[in-house]
Amino acid sequence: MSEPAHADYQGAKIGMWLFLFTELMLFGGLFLLYAAYRMLHPAEFHRASQELNAVIGVGNTLVLLTSSLFAALALTAVQQGRGEAGARWAALTACLGALFLMNKGLEWGAKFHHGIFPGSALVKAMPPGEGLFFGLYFTMTGLHALHVLIGVVLLAVVALLVKGGRVRQGDCVLLENAGLYWHLVDVIWIFLLPLFYLAA
Amino acid sequence: MSYLDRQGKGGLTSWIFSTDHKRVSLLYLALMTAFFWVAVGIGVAMRLKHLSGSDFLVSARTYNALFTVHGVIMVFMFVIPGLPAVFGNFFLPILIGAKDVAFPRLNLLSWWLFLAGACLALLSLFTGPGAPDTGWTFYVPFSLRTGTNVSLAVFAAFVLGFSSILTGINFITTVHRLRCEGMTWHRMPLFVWAIYSTGWIQVLATPVIGITLLLVILERAFGIGVFDPARGGDPVLYQHLFWIYSHPAVYIMIVPAMGAITEIIPTFARRCIFGYRAIAYSSLAIAGLGSLVWAHHMFTSGMADLANIIFSLLTFLVAVPSAIKVFNWTATLYKGSVDMQPSMLFALTFVFLFTIGGLTGVMQGALGLNVHLHDTYWIVGHFHYVMFGGTGFAFFAALLYWFPKMFGRQYDPKPAYAAWVLMFLGFNMLYGSFMVLGAMGMPRRYFAHLPQFHSLHLAATAGSWALVAGLAVLFGNFLAALRRGAPAESDPWGGKTLEWTLPSPPPPENFDKLPVVTGAPYSYNPKAPA
Repeated sequence: MSEPAHADYQGAKIGMWLFLFTELMLFGGLFLLYAAYRMLHPAEFHRASQELNAVIGVGNTLVLLTSSLFAALALTAVQQGRGEAGARWAALTACLGALFLMNKGLEWGAKFHHGIFPGSALVKAMPPGEGLFFGLYFTMTGLHALHVLIGVVLLAVVALLVKGGRVRQGDCVLLENAGLYWHLVDVIWIFLLPLFYLAA
Repeated sequence: MSYLDRQGKGGLTSWIFSTDHKRVSLLYLALMTAFFWVAVGIGVAMRLKHLSGSDFLVSARTYNALFTVHGVIMVFMFVIPGLPAVFGNFFLPILIGAKDVAFPRLNLLSWWLFLAGACLALLSLFTGPGAPDTGWTFYVPFSLRTGTNVSLAVFAAFVLGFSSILTGINFITTVHRLRCEGMTWHRMPLFVWAIYSTGWIQVLATPVIGITLLLVILERAFGIGVFDPARGGDPVLYQHLFWIYSHPAVYIMIVPAMGAITEIIPTFARRCIFGYRAIAYSSLAIAGLGSLVWAHHMFTSGMADLANIIFSLLTFLVAVPSAIKVFNWTATLYKGSVDMQPSMLFALTFVFLFTIGGLTGVMQGALGLNVHLHDTYWIVGHFHYVMFGGTGFAFFAALLYWFPKMFGRQYDPKPAYAAWVLMFLGFNMLYGSFMVLGAMGMPRRYFAHLPQFHSLHLAATAGSWALVAGLAVLFGNFLAALRRGAPAESDPWGGKTLEWTLPSPPPPENFDKLPVVTGAPYSYNPKAPA
């Protein structure tokens, strides 16, 4: 009943940006914890970080960066009226997101296999600071992975909507907002990579 | 036809699935009133316990649960959502000449999340190992060690926070996008400025408590060790994260209250507001400065002296924008033609009680005094003066002010005056005694008390009875008005802002034709020199 007579693009984008601010603050709390604990335990963080495989980390970064490019291409395509191409790029973005999650899963699996997981005997036996590193690692990459998962689902849905013509040239704020969200997920990962994988 | 009239098939679903901002507002009001009374009941129970200095009525364990639940409900389900969710929802769009908020469906979702959070909180009381007993602050390490149902309660607060964030996003966007023609920033009523500033605090601060509470859950479930000293963690960091949100949250509670007061005073003083811009920008200043003072809750937690001094200084500074408002309200009254309607009486009481709460807050900001007062009944007294004497009384003032507009019925003013007498006396007896008790050394959250504190505890308990009696009269009067109040005029108080141009209650989409605004709000004395 109270649907606005016309869609307010600018409003929808303002809303999305505000939401992204909240996401930054959400992760901001964790980055604050990381900063404080790294100051307290620099050597332990250095040692613990050596357990992580920087090659996988950087590989995953490339996957995400490429996916962000695809998200931008999807938007451009739809804005130029090439819906088919837009749907394809959006779907590819989601696929790369899924690939990222798969890598992440394998990585976590390997850690679990070595007995490194929150609350494990091995982590508890580590010197103070090292266990903390892994606590933060699992929390922050886990929360990030949850965001990637949401993004993948979102982009897959939007890709279908683009394909079906529901999101199209001149009416594509949903895709634009999904893209914004995806870039945020990407940006957060850019910070996670050096803080965890390259801290050694 | 008004928004209250039967729509579609009518019934409950036409309310709980309505995206009309006015109906959503009433949904909040109903839910919050229910929880408010639950928390009031718990508060009364705690006071009854203190009729005796030792074991009486409730066990020590139950007492811990009582003050926790009282705090959680009052903070997260009444005072924080209070004015924005009820009056912000109802009047923000109307005051800027819009048909609804920017995202009506998101608005409804906020309410559903609020309902979900409230249900989770209830569930945490009655299921599992028992109601949480940590205090509403959930401080580690105790919140990690206690066997009670902390995880669920904390998750409930997380969901409530999410609801608050979505409301904030909605209101900011509404103010940016939906102002009617001619409604420039400096023609917006000051309640809108207050809701706008509050929106920014909600958006920027709430996520921090979200992540903090998630960490508590993760810590309890998996033992990630981030606050565990044995693993290199630091419990004080929890306090930092907690207060990075929860201090600004104090301003989420008080700024909209100040906004409502700023609407009421000009109407009943028949004067244009004094210092419009100063009030508008001081709301923003509070939002900004208020984000930088969180550590004044932690002066005794073992921070560096330098940090203590900086936070103390910032705390003194944040009093300035609040004082600006108090001076402006007072100046507005000067040479006004004051009509002491119940709403005005409650509004002026707000100014009085908030000033006490605010000034005692400045005292606590002094490092030396803080050591003596920290975690005593003084603190409890202080924040009840701000939260209840401030936000609570402003909530009632706003309800008295806007009730005829919201429900299209006029209440009888006499019982409202009687309620005021009971509430004002009871309030000061209760929380005034608390402050004295605290200054004498009575620690907060203690189950038992020493004999020398007994008489003041008795006074406080007697005050709580008067206060609750007053509240009962106030709410009873509203209920009576709902049932058989006389129909309200469109502008019973002689208000000048846009809501008074509409019929009472307003039609479903507020304005048939969007208004065009040509001047400042509160145009009572257009010819008077500025």
